[in-house]
Amino acid sequence: MNTLTREPRESDRSQAEQFMTPPASVREIGDGYTLEIEMPGVKKEGLEISVENNELTIIGRRSLPTVEGTLMHRESRPENFRRMFEIDPSIDADKISAKIDQGLVTLTLPKAEHVKPRKITVS
Amino acid sequence: MNLIRYHAPESTPWPALDRWSNLRDELNSFFDMPLSSGFGRTSQLFTGWSPALDLYESGDHFVAIIELPGMRKEDIDISLHDGTLTISGERKHESNNGETAQRTERYVGTFRRSISLPTRVDAGKVSATYEDGILKMTLPKAEEAKPKQIQVS
Repeated sequence: MNTLTREPRESDRSQAEQFMTPPASVREIGDGYTLEIEMPGVKKEGLEISVENNELTIIGRRSLPTVEGTLMHRESRPENFRRMFEIDPSIDADKISAKIDQGLVTLTLPKAEHVKPRKITVS
Repeated sequence: MNLIRYHAPESTPWPALDRWSNLRDELNSFFDMPLSSGFGRTSQLFTGWSPALDLYESGDHFVAIIELPGMRKEDIDISLHDGTLTISGERKHESNNGETAQRTERYVGTFRRSISLPTRVDAGKVSATYEDGILKMTLPKAEEAKPKQIQVS
């Protein structure tokens, strides 16, 4: 079986908005896949998930805490997050669900009924 | 007369070629990684998890912000020792039977970040919140380190 997820090469880099690519993990469980993406600083309202032409796009817009004072040391990056995946044809795109908890987006991507393992009884 | 026709032993013209193709695969898999992420993430592969940390200073306190997505509050430790703030913790691997990892970019395991603060802070008054995967610590400066206005009489 193919992986859930091949990533399309991002060819259009000339877009106005710059995104960073957050780390993601994909696990296959019996009748679907679980996709986890790290998006610290993103609230439920800042999350935008879409499927178009078999391409799953997850955008996370950050609402970072505002801090008064002088910045002395910085490692964080200001860009929003974006991750794209090409979804396997076995996935039922209508049944994809998502949640976000402490900056971790979890997507559940169930397989379509016709590809689920089925036992055929011999009569 | 031979019963079986003689075949020249099959020789590979470049015995080392196999190793080269392995190396090529390695390199290819490296280039398959999303590069737009910059080096922050790629370096995680080699150094472990090093969450991003920002430090701000204002008149009477410091604010440290660290990105820790998908943690549990109980798994984060904050300590202050000799003016060094250390944040450590562990992200546990939650696995269920019968699942296969298809792609693993998220780091699982322990991390430790330390930063030395330029002035002393009042350890007893440090407070922290954890929201949206971001840990925000407020560290009030110790009395003697606070800026003071001296009146000219």
